[in-house]
Amino acid sequence: MGLKRKDLLSLTNLSAADIALILDTADSFKEVSGREIKKVPALRGKTVVNLFFEPSTRTRTSFELAAKRLSADVINFSPSSSSVVKGETLLDTARNIEAMQADIIVLRHSSAGAAETLARGVKSSVINAGDGWHEHPTQALLDLYTIRSRGMGFSGLKVAIVGDVAHSRVARSNIFALTKLGAEVRLVGPPTMIPLHIDQLGAQVYYNLDEGLRGVHVIMMLRLQLERQGRALFPTIREYARQYGLTNERVKLAEPGAIVMHPGPINRGVEIAPDVADSLSSVILDQVANGVAVRMGILYLMSGANA
Amino acid sequence: MDAGDIARAVTRIAHEILERNKGINDLALVGIRTGGVHLAHRLVRRIHDIEGTQIPIGELDITLYRDDLSLRKDQPILRTTSVPFKISDLKVVLVDDVLFTGRTIRAAMDGLIDLGRPAEIQLAVLVDRGHRQLPIKANYIGKNIPTSRDEAIEVHLEENGEEDRVVILRA
Amino acid sequence: MMILIKGGHVIDPGRVNGVADVLIENGKIAAVGQGLAAPAGATVLPAGGRLVLPGFVDLHVHFREPGFEYKETIQSGTEAAVAGGFTTVCAMPNTNPVNDNQAVTEFMLERAKAAGTANLYPIGAITKRSEGKELAEIGDLRRAGCVAISDDGKPVMNSLVMRRAMEYARAFDVPVVDHCEDLHLSEGGCMNEGVISTELGLPGIPSAAEDVMVARNVSLAELTGARLHLAHISTAGSVRMVREAKARGLKVTAEACPHHFTLTEETTRGYNTHAKMNPPLRTSQDVQAIKDGLRDGTIDVIATDHAPHASQEKQQEFTEAPFGIVGLETALPLTLALVEEGVLTLESAIDKLATAPAKAFSLNAGTLAVGAPADVAIVDPHLEWEVDPSRFRSKSRNTPFAGWKVKGRVTTTIVSGRVVYELDRPGRPA
Repeated sequence: MGLKRKDLLSLTNLSAADIALILDTADSFKEVSGREIKKVPALRGKTVVNLFFEPSTRTRTSFELAAKRLSADVINFSPSSSSVVKGETLLDTARNIEAMQADIIVLRHSSAGAAETLARGVKSSVINAGDGWHEHPTQALLDLYTIRSRGMGFSGLKVAIVGDVAHSRVARSNIFALTKLGAEVRLVGPPTMIPLHIDQLGAQVYYNLDEGLRGVHVIMMLRLQLERQGRALFPTIREYARQYGLTNERVKLAEPGAIVMHPGPINRGVEIAPDVADSLSSVILDQVANGVAVRMGILYLMSGANA
Repeated sequence: MDAGDIARAVTRIAHEILERNKGINDLALVGIRTGGVHLAHRLVRRIHDIEGTQIPIGELDITLYRDDLSLRKDQPILRTTSVPFKISDLKVVLVDDVLFTGRTIRAAMDGLIDLGRPAEIQLAVLVDRGHRQLPIKANYIGKNIPTSRDEAIEVHLEENGEEDRVVILRA
Repeated sequence: MMILIKGGHVIDPGRVNGVADVLIENGKIAAVGQGLAAPAGATVLPAGGRLVLPGFVDLHVHFREPGFEYKETIQSGTEAAVAGGFTTVCAMPNTNPVNDNQAVTEFMLERAKAAGTANLYPIGAITKRSEGKELAEIGDLRRAGCVAISDDGKPVMNSLVMRRAMEYARAFDVPVVDHCEDLHLSEGGCMNEGVISTELGLPGIPSAAEDVMVARNVSLAELTGARLHLAHISTAGSVRMVREAKARGLKVTAEACPHHFTLTEETTRGYNTHAKMNPPLRTSQDVQAIKDGLRDGTIDVIATDHAPHASQEKQQEFTEAPFGIVGLETALPLTLALVEEGVLTLESAIDKLATAPAKAFSLNAGTLAVGAPADVAIVDPHLEWEVDPSRFRSKSRNTPFAGWKVKGRVTTTIVSGRVVYELDRPGRPA
């Protein structure tokens, strides 16, 4: 019964049953989100703090909406990096927030491990909303939810994750969760974007997009951080788009009925050709809508832990 | 109560619902998960037998409306609410297996009202065991079973793969 | 003042290894032998069951003074040193201001003299402000008392500057110490690059970042004939290259740190900032290579890279926390663990802690030869204790070994014939 843990920091320590529970719970909230009055009193009197050290309107709004639909009080706190420079550590900031009786802290931070560091230091529940290149568990869970809601099972599912895996927390969380659920995970990108020894985490590595896409059921495109061009990870956007951009031709290499996903926002004409982007907009909007339901589910399941 | 008692109670309640509402116009049944859902289906079938018409039926999960949620360490598992019709201006009969403190019904009414504004909410229960903690009263009662607080009442139904019966468990 | 250390197991690497008495007179070793009689007025220290060793010599400490006294001072650092059995320490120049001139060197020496415990020898900067551009006044630094030069922590990236430094240093017969790290390869990195950094999503420092600089430095040492000392080598590749350089007769010495032969990158899990140091903790294969290098003599010296940081600095996010751990007060038991494991003999372990480092930097230390300064560590090799950072003499507590049960502890430390530390009397010496 229930998700017996104080924090949600990483998908590595969730069991397949835990993941199933979160997805099932999200189902109930999907129903709530479809109502005229999209609000339930489950978290009445609870305080959720969105502590975002890195700007992210999408994730923050999704968490905010999720918490509000659960009737929680929501505070958005985006410390400027300058206050950190002033000598206030992450822990200092968090303890201040905790003193305001926050029940759940949703943390976004540019540093891998920040959520774990925070969770060790505060009594509030901590939900990792993205830490550096490490993990973005709620994004992966909403990806899983979206896959499941398309009627796909995970065992034997072939998923290609395409792009800058090395610098992607979304990729890591998806790798951990999908391999745990029995899916076959392929990582596709230039070797400069595939981190060392990632095959030891249970994924297969492809440097050729066409080969990587052959026969997959799900294509997960990662957003290309264009500023990385200067860091010699790829020579030009033009070459990247040609080698690793998803075109309609390439989609045809996957299983018929394969779905294309993207955490958004898309660089049209870079990682995804415009015609593909247009045809997959429904999945991307689904991902956004599912994001609120999945986050409601997580907030609900976490809200009991400290009573 | 044995299977015969339960069947007779369901039949009687179906008649009472029809009598009180003067037929099936604007009538809907909503079962409270999980025990109330099966009883609601039985009532709908019985009403169909009598009137020849299927009335709308919904299933309500009241977990999110419980008044003890914030006190619990471990959150209960959610089941989906499914009320696939507009409830506004309908006469909605909530159906549950056992009426006890009244807290579940309070939660169910809140949950129902979040789905729309019914013209009327009525309550049908198989068993009323007393010990109300809220000013709530059922319109239709299968059987009043006086109990002490430390006793438990279990309703076993065929739909769960058991024999129909109601048993009192002494503490 | 005379001291007679009676009945201990004396190890003076290459000279003595057995039960003997040690007589100290006028701050020097006066005699080592069996059945020495206590002269009138001598203090007798019974040392039965103890090891009587030359005081240890640490070629690599950061004492943070001047500039970062909140982390450590020369006073607290030298007290930590003697508590760990180190009677001589070489302090790196990455202070503020950088020790790139005679004035800073003289300041450090004065502070050490005032502290009055361990001997301190500064290491001067290779380049001005350790910026890697223009040579510091190496001759003046040498004359003022620096025993080596290094831009530790800020490796000299420009190979031409490094070549000139090695050439120039020859004039003063001063060893050039390099922290081998290609800053381009390691940029942004905060732990060893490998499967764990991949899993944790932390930017990695590949072992190649060290290896390419070891290769460069060895090549430049060959070109220039300089005395090259490689600080804290941590990779199998480094060990291989040093072994090969020594086989070819180059004047290369190398040090390894206790954490690099004790811990692997696994310790980093949980984003443990006390496992964040540079070079980072590596793989178990690297640890094995370091042990092999220590065993076969490729690695001459055990040094601590004692790098104190305040707790609020280490409480930051892993990527933000500074590199480094304190090491002076845990080096001995971690080294003795290698003896227990059969990697080193007891004598070779003491050699790497005392005699070999003194030789690498030509210091008058690390021996119990008659006439040598009476710097002695008396050690109870069987004493088991738990590492409790709150009891450290160092100002800082940043160690990954907190709570470890270890074996072997310094009971008495003598510097220049004066007892400067006793285990049972932890009060600060006047």
